[in-house]
Amino acid sequence: MHVTNLTHLQRLEAEAIHIMREVVTQADKPVMLYSVGKDSAVMLHLAKKAFYPAPPPFPLLHVDTTWKFRDMYALRDKAARKAGMQLLVHQNPDAVRQGINPFDHGGLHTDMWKTEGLKQALDLHGFDAAFGGARRDEEKSRAKERIFSFRTASHRWDPKNQRPELWRTYNARKNKGESMRVFPLSNWTELDIWQYIHLENIEIVPLYYADERPTVTRDGLLLMVDDDRFALADGEEPVMRSIRFRTLGCYPLTGAVESTAKTLPEIIQEMLLTTTSERQGRAIDHDQAASMEKKKQEGYF
Amino acid sequence: MNEIYKTDALIAEDIDQYLETHQHKTMLRFITCGSVDDGKSTLIGRLLYDSKMIFEDQLATLEADSKRVGTQGEAIDFALLVDGLAAEREQGITIDVAYRFFATEKRKFIVADTPGHEQYTRNMVTGASTADLAVILVDARKGILTQTRRHSYLAHLIGIRHIVLAVNKMDLVGYDPAVFDRIVADYRDFAQSIGIADFTPVPISGLAGDNITTRSDNTPWYDGPVLLEHLEAVELNQTAEQLKPFRMPVQWVNRPNLDFRGFAGTIATGQVKVGDDVRVLPSGKTTKISRIVTMDGDLDMAVAGQAVTLCFADEIDCSRGQVITAAKKPVEVADQFEATVIWMEDDDMVPGRAYWLKIGPQTVSAVVAQPKYQINVNTMEHLACKTLDLNGIGVATLTTDREIPFEPYTESRDLGGFILIDKMTNRTVGAGLLNFALRRAQNIHWQATDISREHHAAMKNQKPLVLWMTGLSGSGKSTIANLVEKKLARMNRHTFLLDGDNVRHGLNKDLGFTEADRVENIRRVGEVARLMADAGLIVITAFISPFRSERDMVRGMLPAGEFVEVFVDTPLEEAEKRDVKGLYAKARAGELKNFTGIDSPYEAPDAPEIRIDTTRMSPEEAADMIIAKLIP
Repeated sequence: MHVTNLTHLQRLEAEAIHIMREVVTQADKPVMLYSVGKDSAVMLHLAKKAFYPAPPPFPLLHVDTTWKFRDMYALRDKAARKAGMQLLVHQNPDAVRQGINPFDHGGLHTDMWKTEGLKQALDLHGFDAAFGGARRDEEKSRAKERIFSFRTASHRWDPKNQRPELWRTYNARKNKGESMRVFPLSNWTELDIWQYIHLENIEIVPLYYADERPTVTRDGLLLMVDDDRFALADGEEPVMRSIRFRTLGCYPLTGAVESTAKTLPEIIQEMLLTTTSERQGRAIDHDQAASMEKKKQEGYF
Repeated sequence: MNEIYKTDALIAEDIDQYLETHQHKTMLRFITCGSVDDGKSTLIGRLLYDSKMIFEDQLATLEADSKRVGTQGEAIDFALLVDGLAAEREQGITIDVAYRFFATEKRKFIVADTPGHEQYTRNMVTGASTADLAVILVDARKGILTQTRRHSYLAHLIGIRHIVLAVNKMDLVGYDPAVFDRIVADYRDFAQSIGIADFTPVPISGLAGDNITTRSDNTPWYDGPVLLEHLEAVELNQTAEQLKPFRMPVQWVNRPNLDFRGFAGTIATGQVKVGDDVRVLPSGKTTKISRIVTMDGDLDMAVAGQAVTLCFADEIDCSRGQVITAAKKPVEVADQFEATVIWMEDDDMVPGRAYWLKIGPQTVSAVVAQPKYQINVNTMEHLACKTLDLNGIGVATLTTDREIPFEPYTESRDLGGFILIDKMTNRTVGAGLLNFALRRAQNIHWQATDISREHHAAMKNQKPLVLWMTGLSGSGKSTIANLVEKKLARMNRHTFLLDGDNVRHGLNKDLGFTEADRVENIRRVGEVARLMADAGLIVITAFISPFRSERDMVRGMLPAGEFVEVFVDTPLEEAEKRDVKGLYAKARAGELKNFTGIDSPYEAPDAPEIRIDTTRMSPEEAADMIIAKLIP
């Protein structure tokens, strides 16, 4: 008998598809968290594959902070339209009212827009399972999280009380009010994501590719001035630099890197030769030791 | 650095060539097992470090942490790279499975870093369940220890075919070949005794880097493969699975419109081609594969590990949980098995209680009997036991409420591995392996009788019912039950009252009041009530029946609508105040153990058909209310 050796990407793809199919059959009301980043792009692409020829049987949810890059909003609407999926956008009304922004409010910005916003959106629609694009190679506490990650009715993650998860047999049963976060990309690495985008021709936000953009440097981070809401400090003057982003969050919180990589192979080349890890560009992780674990316990995705 | 990592130059010179190579890499999943001091985290840290999976910022953190809390003085403590959760870092131990990733020129690797202590057996089993290979670490100074045996046994039990015995810390024994040979010989004796046919021993030092990526000059006497060389060459499960007969459990039926009906799933074993004859189990219907659908276009053929959508040539029934198999080599179907069960919950397993059993996409209700024996995972002895506690592993008879297609676990992890889920908490409380079907169930056929239960009921001119009274001791169950029966008798209804105390004088006099005995008590009463309902009677029962699971079990024995749960709701203080039989006083004095409400829980019904609030209603009123609901 002829044997076909599946490549690691084929196996990761099959695993993600299997996970998504388990969720739609076990959950009452699933949703896919869509952050418009490269991981979200891959996750959405896999969802299309999992249910083809049917469209993915759940909506996309963007927990919006109103502080995303303009390019991200443009791609968000386009990607949802092309997938034939409903796009739900949630902005925390309390944060809207109080004008919470990353310049004046620091950690509160993430807490209110993202952590609280996400909980509100899930409760508002009654979603009992939410796909997220997190990967285990991103951060230490994620390395230990299950693929089907159980959350209490108050959205808390209890790292010491995780359900055993054997083979590809996933237990998504839960009581009313409780929910699951599901991470189909758990076993993908940053390189896998990039290579898959390359192989499958997946459209991503142009900001991942290098271009001349207005920037300032602040606290060791290279920040892009995306619109006039960016409050410049005394003496700060935007400088045009060839930059790109390895990870995309809220624009003032996400640091860029100087780069000339304009194609995916060049991006991958740069990534492989680089010497800093992906989350380095995100201010959120530097708050305190074990900060992600703490945020996750509180309900951050 | 040898050819295992030659990427840097290629990445810089020819990224397209590099991507082409990387794209075709295969993937090996392995676990590392060892106890806290065997150097497991150090080994993994080194694998990540050597494969350049550690970035400068992580290295900076690592260096700072090494000085602060490390165990290597000023040197880098690789172990800190992989000890994740804050609590774990403080305690210096790995509590949960952590997954790590690295790649060489030939393969991508996923390492499940599993904890070593016996209290984390369930975590190790979780990590092992998806692994192709296990690296068993041994400290060269200590040799084969109890935990080495435990880890090896568990790895073998969970079906890992490739075992690497990594004799670590060779630097601390002067790279003495005699030490290595003695440990290998000891391990060989043990491995053979538990059925491990083959293993690969490698002398290494995680700290010094000997024989991990490159052949060490310190061990000229060793001519076997270095660790990574072996990991790159070993046969993958995915390859072996393809050579078995075709099986695909159906996850989801894809029906976007009337013209398309496809069955989505991940192929467990074998290969499938368009035109192949297949059989769907348990229905046994046969058809041909007409299409293998993916978004990238139809395939001619698909293999184990691929997630696909299959279409049939004929319109035959097939739904989630059913298994599509090669027509000529179908799987067995059964409802009673010998199974190896691994208990994973703090509360003990309750033999006789119904749990959800999930095997692939299939979920059924299942009962595990009292284990035949428990396995001492340190000595491999078989011990007599009543139940299994956390991390206990035992062999028991398992009965499902309907027939399921399966294969022995040794043939297929997907069709033979199951998890047990508590019906109340929904937690995964156990995992298990189906060993074989028990023929007994298949040979005792249900004897069809000519006088049907409908006939029995029609002769009595009534609808059979089981009126199930549940509530605390002293809540008034027996009093109300007795009144209900008298009233029904006056109405010429044929009834029978099964009373808790009375049954314990006869049918159940061998049972005590432990959780397991209480489950069995209710199971027997349920079966008796069912027989009486089959005879056409209205059965009234008065049992504390404190656990929801068992009440639901009895409900499941009867046709829909024939089980009427009556919650005789009396608060504990009230029941204790009445204390008709003086039992509460005894229980409070510690003379009665496992007394419901005192030192044993009562799980009130969530949605009983009838609820009686005895603080607002006399027994007479309660009985009238029940009759009114039953016979409108």
